[in-house]
Amino acid sequence: MADSQSARAQILGGIRKALNSAEGSEEARRRLATHPRNLIPARAQLPHDRQVELFAAMAAEVSATVELLGGMADVPGAVADYLAGLNLPAEVRVAPDAALDPIPWDRRPTLTVTRGRARDTDGASLTGAFAGVAETGTLMLLSGAERPTTLNFLPDTHIVVLTRGQIVGTMEDAWDRLRAAGGGGALPRTVNFITGPSRTGDIEMRIELGAHGPRRLHILLVED
Amino acid sequence: MQPTTHAFPENARKALSDERLQKVLAIAPAGFVNRRKQAADRLPEFEALRDQGRDLKNHVLANLDTYLEAFESKVTGQGGHVHWCRTDQEARDAILGICRKVDAKTVTKGKSMISEEIGINDYLEANGLTPIETDLGEYIIQLRREPPSHIIAPAFHLSKKDVEGTFRQAHTDLPADRVLDEPKVLIAEARQVLRRKFQQADVGITGANIMVAETGSTVIVTNEGNGDLTQILPRVHVVIATIDKVVPTLEDAALVLRLLARSATGQEASAYTTFSTGPRRPGDLDGPEEFHVVLLDNGRSALLGTEFQEVLRCIRCGACMNHCPVYGSVGGHAYGWVYPGPIGSVMQPALLGVKEAGHLPNASTFCGRCEAVCPMRIPLPKMMRHWREKEFEQNLQPAAMRRGLALWGWFARRPALYHAAARMAVRALGALGRGKGRFASLPLAQGWTQHRDMPAPEGRTFQQMWAEKQTVEKTLADKKGKR
Repeated sequence: MADSQSARAQILGGIRKALNSAEGSEEARRRLATHPRNLIPARAQLPHDRQVELFAAMAAEVSATVELLGGMADVPGAVADYLAGLNLPAEVRVAPDAALDPIPWDRRPTLTVTRGRARDTDGASLTGAFAGVAETGTLMLLSGAERPTTLNFLPDTHIVVLTRGQIVGTMEDAWDRLRAAGGGGALPRTVNFITGPSRTGDIEMRIELGAHGPRRLHILLVED
Repeated sequence: MQPTTHAFPENARKALSDERLQKVLAIAPAGFVNRRKQAADRLPEFEALRDQGRDLKNHVLANLDTYLEAFESKVTGQGGHVHWCRTDQEARDAILGICRKVDAKTVTKGKSMISEEIGINDYLEANGLTPIETDLGEYIIQLRREPPSHIIAPAFHLSKKDVEGTFRQAHTDLPADRVLDEPKVLIAEARQVLRRKFQQADVGITGANIMVAETGSTVIVTNEGNGDLTQILPRVHVVIATIDKVVPTLEDAALVLRLLARSATGQEASAYTTFSTGPRRPGDLDGPEEFHVVLLDNGRSALLGTEFQEVLRCIRCGACMNHCPVYGSVGGHAYGWVYPGPIGSVMQPALLGVKEAGHLPNASTFCGRCEAVCPMRIPLPKMMRHWREKEFEQNLQPAAMRRGLALWGWFARRPALYHAAARMAVRALGALGRGKGRFASLPLAQGWTQHRDMPAPEGRTFQQMWAEKQTVEKTLADKKGKR
């Protein structure tokens, strides 16, 4: 650590010498405190209904699938049918997220639902989301005691419950919502922006889905 | 990695006669070029965002000390650690120290060019650890013990047949008669093999595309999801990043992200953009217990205030190499070290010295495509010219070349004499070549005539024709004005 301290002094000293700055800049501190927006593309500056449409279209473009549901009560049936349609086992690991408690899983008793972090053997997971970003069809997921990040990456199939009201225009809008939600400006350990399923183009530049993360990303878009 | 940048001419000759490589280069860069163009065309604000990206990074560089200190205080305030490192050796030791402290044996890695720059894999191996690259392309070239040939597509130079051979050799515990003929199958096999490694790893190392001063977060942008498994499964997450990667706020990160994916792969957004802040929180069911940022300078701060400062705006998208005719002819390995293409021709002399890397800034046609597509508008050709000047100042070129340049310089500083001499030469060559219209050989110009004929001048110099054209246009304009 002593080495790190002398390296720190030398690096910062060198920077200050080159910049001719003695004690840092007021302008920079102001920017950190006020976090002004940069140019925001017009694409997602739309009425909310159109933002929802844009979100669904952009998500589909990156090979996510989007299913519209009338309410949380429809989730168990949608999950069971989706898995059955792909000939996948009727098992799903669900985030222990209080926001997902209203889902009446007992309506589909044939579906095996367990809650907790993902295990390597899990085939499918279901999580909530903090926001959907219309500009790029991106989901924003936060880690937390009720929201283990492994659910977003280990299973082959990731199902996400997103409500219409959670869809915003841009990443900046999503940051504003997160700041408003409290936490004193601190982020959770992990914030995942997820745009479609995992993919790679590393072999002969051909895009294939399911490199390390989920091969399938299914979004259940629920009316508020 | 021992640089072979000094051998660029031989490396390039070898690459030009490598048929397999030439086949790849004939197709692959064009794919990147088309996708980038489509993505840029689709966003009307793209050019304006590039201006803002340039301005943002200039602002960051002008306030770098403040933002680095703010970043550090946020990281430590949330239970993370920042390790300041001046050199590659200090960074290697910092990482080894972290690994030793937790008694690590297996280390998984997300893709990071800085980890290539400091040669961390060899170092960890030499010290008894097992580093495992988990990005598919990096994994393939690690098995083959090759360096990456492209900063975002490291196995760009290989065919699926090459990958098949590599996997058959490496994965000996799998049935020998299995079919491995399609990328899909190869990817599935790598996924299966690497899943076991993820579970075994004690430490996960990733790079950072961005560091956010406002929140103390590091950001990675990936498509495979390996960078995420690398950081959420092991007990310790180590981020290796250089000081130029810091931006002020989350809004500024959003600006960089709009430029990065489009310029790199032509995607609207990469599949995974992940903000990591500190270690796991009380009650979290997963995530690393320790979070370390190894913050490396390695020659960057020395570029501040010099004619090379602007290269620190780079966000490592690879657009410059995708659009470069030289990279497109010789590929990445010819550049002899970590950073190929135009960005390498500017960075490698800075990091390795002009003596080792002086060939690179000379291997340019100055066509300007790199600058035209750089999301951060880095004047790469101008910087290559600066390196050529440094090379001349340091007396590094062969004597004949220096004498030639000195002679040319003497004339160039005396425009009247220069133009007179040029007029004479052009008239003489024009007269000599009138019959054929071209020269198959010329004294002092074999380097040109070996490969193609030199067209004979038509008797006047460009300057003369330009002056005449200007006079004609002025006369026409005057006439128009009078009417």
